[in-house]
Amino acid sequence: TGEAEAARAAMGGSASLLPREALGEYQELTFLGKQEILLAYKRFSELLPKEERENACSARVPKSQILTLPELRANPFQHRICRVFSTSDDGDDSISFEDFLDMLSVFSDSATSDIKSHYAFRIFDFDDDGTLDRKDLEKLVNCLTGQGQESRLSNAEMEQLIQNILEESDIDKDGTINLSEFQHVVSRSPDFARYSVLQL
Amino acid sequence: RDCQQADIKYLSGWKQWKRTSSKSLKKVLGEVKELSSYLELWRHDIHSIEGKFGTGIQSYFSFLRFLVLLNFIIFILMFSFVTLPSIISKYGMFNSSFAKIPPKNIEPHCTVYEPSGNKGLVYFYTYLKDLLSGTGFLEVTVLFYGYYTIDAAWISILKYNLPLAYLLATFAYLALSLIWIIKRSVGGFKQNLVHNEDQFQSYCNKVFAGWDFCITDPNAARLKHRSLQYELQTDLEEERLKRKIADRTTKEKLRIYSLRIFINIIVIAVLSGCFYSIYRATVFSQENSNVSIRHGDVSNMNFQANLLVQYLPSIVITLANFIAPQIFSFLIRFEDYSPAFEIRLTLMRCVFVRLANIGVLLFSLWSQISYCATDECNACGYNYELYPCWESEVGQEMYKLMIFDFIIILAVILFVDFPRKLLVTHCSCKPVQWCGLQEFGISDNVLEIIYGQTICWIGTFFSPLLPAIATIKYFIIFYIKKISLIHTRKPAARPIRASSSNFFFLVVLLIGLVLAFIPLGISIAHIPSSKACGPFRNFNTSWAVVPHTIDGFPTGLRQVLYGIASEAFAVPFFMVICLIMFYFIALAGAHKRVVEQLREQLVMVRFDPLFCTPKV
Repeated sequence: TGEAEAARAAMGGSASLLPREALGEYQELTFLGKQEILLAYKRFSELLPKEERENACSARVPKSQILTLPELRANPFQHRICRVFSTSDDGDDSISFEDFLDMLSVFSDSATSDIKSHYAFRIFDFDDDGTLDRKDLEKLVNCLTGQGQESRLSNAEMEQLIQNILEESDIDKDGTINLSEFQHVVSRSPDFARYSVLQL
Repeated sequence: RDCQQADIKYLSGWKQWKRTSSKSLKKVLGEVKELSSYLELWRHDIHSIEGKFGTGIQSYFSFLRFLVLLNFIIFILMFSFVTLPSIISKYGMFNSSFAKIPPKNIEPHCTVYEPSGNKGLVYFYTYLKDLLSGTGFLEVTVLFYGYYTIDAAWISILKYNLPLAYLLATFAYLALSLIWIIKRSVGGFKQNLVHNEDQFQSYCNKVFAGWDFCITDPNAARLKHRSLQYELQTDLEEERLKRKIADRTTKEKLRIYSLRIFINIIVIAVLSGCFYSIYRATVFSQENSNVSIRHGDVSNMNFQANLLVQYLPSIVITLANFIAPQIFSFLIRFEDYSPAFEIRLTLMRCVFVRLANIGVLLFSLWSQISYCATDECNACGYNYELYPCWESEVGQEMYKLMIFDFIIILAVILFVDFPRKLLVTHCSCKPVQWCGLQEFGISDNVLEIIYGQTICWIGTFFSPLLPAIATIKYFIIFYIKKISLIHTRKPAARPIRASSSNFFFLVVLLIGLVLAFIPLGISIAHIPSSKACGPFRNFNTSWAVVPHTIDGFPTGLRQVLYGIASEAFAVPFFMVICLIMFYFIALAGAHKRVVEQLREQLVMVRFDPLFCTPKV
C-alpha cells in the first residue's frame, strides 16, 4: 500500500493504482499507448463494485457488466467479442483487465491488419470450429441486418448472398472459408481497416 | 497475447523506436487536424445530423456549406475588383476621380437612359415593389450593371481600367468555380471508380467489413443495420435483374425498346410544353410591364397585379419545375430499368428540365431585346426604346428569380411541412395517417440548390452583388432545412450511399456551371452592349475590350498574343493535347488488362501444387 500511495501521489488523480512496472509491461505487450492504458484502467475499474476496485488487475467483470459499455452496447457482435477475448476457465465469458486490454489493443488503430483479421475470423466463427461454413455466414448476415423479423433477408436472398460470398472468397471450393482465405479476402477490403477500430 | 509477446521480443530496438515515433507523429497530426476542423463552419451541426439521419442527408448539408463558401468567395472577388473601385472613385475617397469618357461614333438616340428612380411623392408600397423586383430605387444602385458607367478610375496616380477589370473578374469567378468543383469531385471520382470496378468482392467487403465499430449510439446503430440491409438487398436485386435482362427473348426486347421510345417522345413533348409556356410568359411579362413604365403612362394596374406580371416568368418556371419531375417519376416505372439506373435517369431528366428552363427564359428575353424593326434600332443593335440598358433588365430578371426561389422554399416549409406535421400528430383519421410525414428527398433538395446556384452564376455578370444575396440565402436555408428536417420529416426508408451521392451532386453542379457559360458567352461576345450605361459603352460588344487592351500592349507582346490565338498555334496545340489524352487512355487500358490477368492467376493458383495454401 505504501508503494501504491507513492504511485498515486506521483501520477495523481484517476488510474493511480496501476503499478508502474505493470504499465510498462502492458505498453510492450499491446498496441496501446500509456494514456490509453490508463484510460482503460479507469473505465474498467468503474465497472467493478466499490469493494473490488483495489484489486482491479486481478478481478473479473461479469459479461453483463461489460456489455453496458457504450462501445459494446450497440455492437451486434458483442456476445462473440466477449466469448473470444475471455480467458475465463468457468466458461461464463467474464473479462479480466488483461482480457480488456487485449480487446482494446486488437481494436486500436495501431494494430496490424493481420491481428485484426485473425480476431475477426474468430469472432465471426459462431460455432468455434475453425472455419466459416454456411451456418456461420447466415448468423453473421443476420447480425448485420439487425434483430427483428422484418429486418432479416428472405431465404432466397440469403441463399443467393451466401452463394456470392463463397464464390468470391472460397478459393479451394470446399464450401467453407478457412483462416487464410478469410485473411486474403479481407486484405483487399478497403473498409476493413477503417471500420474495425474501437475508440474509448 | 503470447503471440504478441513473442512478436515484440523479435523487434529490434530501432524498429521499436520507429514505431513509437510514428505513433507520436500520428498523434500530433491528429491534433493539428482537430484544431483546423474547429475553424470549419457548422462542423458540429453537420456531425449531429450525420449521427441522427445518416450520411446521405449529411452529404446534402455539406454540399450546402460548400455553396455558401463558394458564393462568399465569388462575392469577395467581384466586390474588391469591381464595386470597391467604383465606390471609391465616385465618392472621391483617397484622392480619386473617375472619367465618364463621352461616347464617340455612336448615334445620340442610343445613349438616352433615364432610370425611373423615385421622384416626388411615392406610396410606401412602391418601395416594397422595387425591393421585390429590382426596379425603381434599386435600379440605380451598385446592385445592377447600370451603375458602373465608369470608363476609368484614377486612384491617386494609378489608372484603373474598370471595363477590363469587370470582364476579367467575370472570367475569374467562372474559372474559380470550375477548378474548385473539379478538385472536390476528383476524390469522389476515384472512389466511384474503385467501387464500380471491384465487383470482384463487393459482397465480401460489405459482409466482413460492413459494421463500423465506432458506432455507440443505438439510433445510429439502427440506421446502420437498415442501410446494410438495404444495400445487400439492392445488390442482390440488381444481380437478379441483370440475369433476367440477359434472359430476355427478342420479342420481349422489341416490345420494351418500342415502349421506351414512345415514353421518351412523351418526355420530349412535356419538355416542349414547359419551354413554350415559359416563352409566352416572359414575352407577356415584358410587354406589359415595360409599356407602362417606359412611356410614363399612369399605371392602370394596381400594386398586386403589377407584381404578378413582373413575377410571371418565375411563377411559371417554378410550376414547371414542380410538375415535370412528378410526371417523369410516374413514367419511368413503365420503362423497366434496373433500380439504380431508374434513379439516375429520372434525376438527369429533372436536371435538364430545371436548367433548360433558365435557358429558355434568357432566350426569350434576348429575342425581345434584339427585336429590331426600325432603322434607328438597327443602328444601336438592340431595342433602345424599351431596353436602353438591357443588361440591367437581365440582371433584374435574375434577381427576381433568386428572390422568388427563396420565398418559395420558405413558403413550402412554413405552409406545407409544419401544418402537415401538426395534422399528423393531432388528427388520427385514416387518410391523414396514411399520408403521413414526408421523407427528406435528397435529390429534390439538391436540384433546388443547384438551380439557385446556376441563376447566381449567370446573374453575377449583370448584377455584381448577387453572390452576396446568394450567400445570405443559402445561409438561412441551412438553418431552416435543418429545423424542418428535425421536426417535420420521418427517417428515410431507403438509406443512400454517401460517396456516390457526393460525386453525383458535384457532376450535376458542373453541368450547371457549363450550361451557365453558354448564356454568358453569348451576352459577352455576341449581343451588342448597351450604349447608354455600363462600362462597355464605347465597345461594340463586351468582349471587345480585350482586343482593345491588347492593341495597347508593346509590339512584341502583342505579336506573341496574336500568335497564340492564331491557327498556326492552335492546331498543333490541340493535336498535342489529343496525343496526351490517348496516352492516358492506353495506360488505363493496360492497367485493366494487368488486373484481369492477376485475377485469372488467382483462380489458377489452387491447381498449382507449388502455391497451395496450407490449411490451418
